[in-house]
Amino acid sequence: MEKKNIIEALRKKFPEQIMDISSQFGDEIITFESSALLDIANFLNDKPYEYTMLLDLTCVDYKGEDQRFEMVYHFLSLSLNDRIRLKTRLPEKSPKIDSLTSIWKNANWLEREVYDMFGIHFNGHPYLIRIFMYEGFEGHPLRKDYPLRKQQPRIRLRKLE
Amino acid sequence: MLINMGPSHPAMHGTIRIMLELDGEKILNSELEIGYLHRGLEKTCEHKTYFSLLPYTDRMNYVSPLINNLGYAMTMEKMLELDVPQRAQYIRVILCELSRISDHLTALAAMTMECGAFTVFLYTIKAREFIWDVIEHTTSARMTTSFIRIGGVRADLHPDWKDHLKTAIIETKKVLKDVHGLMDKNKIWLNRTRDIAVVSPEMAINYGWTGPCLRSTGVNFDLRKASPYSSYDHFDFDVPLGERGDNYDRYMVRMIEMEQSMRIIEQAMEKMPKNKAPLLAKGMKPAKAIEASRKQKVEGGIKLSPNLEGSEKDKYADILSTGKKYIVPPKEDTYTSIEGLINHFIFFMKGHGIRPPKGEVYFSVEGGNGELGYYIVSDGTDKPYRWHLRAPCFHIVSALEEMIKGHYVADVIPTFGSTNMIGGEFDR
Repeated sequence: MEKKNIIEALRKKFPEQIMDISSQFGDEIITFESSALLDIANFLNDKPYEYTMLLDLTCVDYKGEDQRFEMVYHFLSLSLNDRIRLKTRLPEKSPKIDSLTSIWKNANWLEREVYDMFGIHFNGHPYLIRIFMYEGFEGHPLRKDYPLRKQQPRIRLRKLE
Repeated sequence: MLINMGPSHPAMHGTIRIMLELDGEKILNSELEIGYLHRGLEKTCEHKTYFSLLPYTDRMNYVSPLINNLGYAMTMEKMLELDVPQRAQYIRVILCELSRISDHLTALAAMTMECGAFTVFLYTIKAREFIWDVIEHTTSARMTTSFIRIGGVRADLHPDWKDHLKTAIIETKKVLKDVHGLMDKNKIWLNRTRDIAVVSPEMAINYGWTGPCLRSTGVNFDLRKASPYSSYDHFDFDVPLGERGDNYDRYMVRMIEMEQSMRIIEQAMEKMPKNKAPLLAKGMKPAKAIEASRKQKVEGGIKLSPNLEGSEKDKYADILSTGKKYIVPPKEDTYTSIEGLINHFIFFMKGHGIRPPKGEVYFSVEGGNGELGYYIVSDGTDKPYRWHLRAPCFHIVSALEEMIKGHYVADVIPTFGSTNMIGGEFDR
């Protein structure tokens, strides 16, 4: 019941930006225009829906497609005990999206991970550097065009200052 | 002063580095550097078939591998729409709760030992041994179990499982009583944990905390209650909540959760559905059956299976789903009939095997640290297109910088211990 409510409310509030609503394996998926991310996130975070928890944030690389990268967001509402999944597509050339760090603090590390693994830039992120890989790592390992067994060149020992 | 804590610091478990900016002993600022245990788990799994990537899930939260197995298996079951027999569900619940206890015991062992309570460390590790004995007895591995499979479990329980489980529970209860006695009102322990690294419910939610750490702040959210999976709705248990959200609450919530886990195990033991087909013929003891099998063909009155260890064809109805396409064909068929052999090949051959429909799925279970979620994108082939893990302690540890700010260097140790960072799922 609540699920329908939130989808209706989203459709009403963002008629232009919500592009598609579909359902798969019992989960609703909402596809939206990437520029509307912060507005939608704020709307979900506020009352009455209170999707106050950013559960997960990740990216999927659809190599060969025009809009290559797909950002996937999972939100959880503790008061409604409900989850919601939002997706948006980013272009292959210089993929950019707004950062959620202003609303959720764990977005900081999650976005750094996506930046590290997929090379997606987050506008307004306070400290966008690699998280798992080292400084000087070439490429983004979870992209589909990064070979599984690629060897990285050796890096020089950093001098202590 | 700038000081480096870790990665080769005993309290950092070898996989994390904290750079501290100090004023005397007070922490002004800090920065975490992670990734020391990054081994490209997601990339690796995207190059494995759905069946063969299961062992990789053991190696995420290596203290409670069975919960990881369950999370992955249930995600796939959601995708494939498989039903799991009741007995397998109960076996899953028992094993998962045992894993949860071992997870909490390890977390507390590390946390207390790093504060100097070495006795507690030895006691809790002793209790963990009893639990791992049961796990070893059932799954024949202590840590890398791969026991919970897509569609059910790998094998049925051992005939003596009840006695083993009872011993483990009695011993663990004794240890928990000792730990309560040693730590609960211990002045040193209280000084080091009470009102240190206090986290408010709002902050915890904002950081995406789940599991015992979230509950220690007083937020009542447990996936086993909120959206019961497997057969958790058949059991009666409480969700312990903290009041202050400090280190001590995180310790206490874990302690009480273990008691509740044992309650679930005891209920599951009672309610465990009976085997549909007993392995041995009725009224025959194993030794006698073996003797009889030497004299006559093993089909009539005697049923014997010395080496399949609970995964005989007869047991499939108890332990595995009926979705034939997605479960390993029984070995008896593989070795004795040509159709069985073909089925076996089809299951394991490249490009065949488990091929879920196109689409994406997210499913989560309550892990030792919190919500352990899997996000899997399938493109219709036998390998996942995208395989993503939502690691609970990734979110919890990301709050560490804020938690230790303004506290002393010594407070980093219990605070870090209370977050229960597990390198395997944290760095992936």
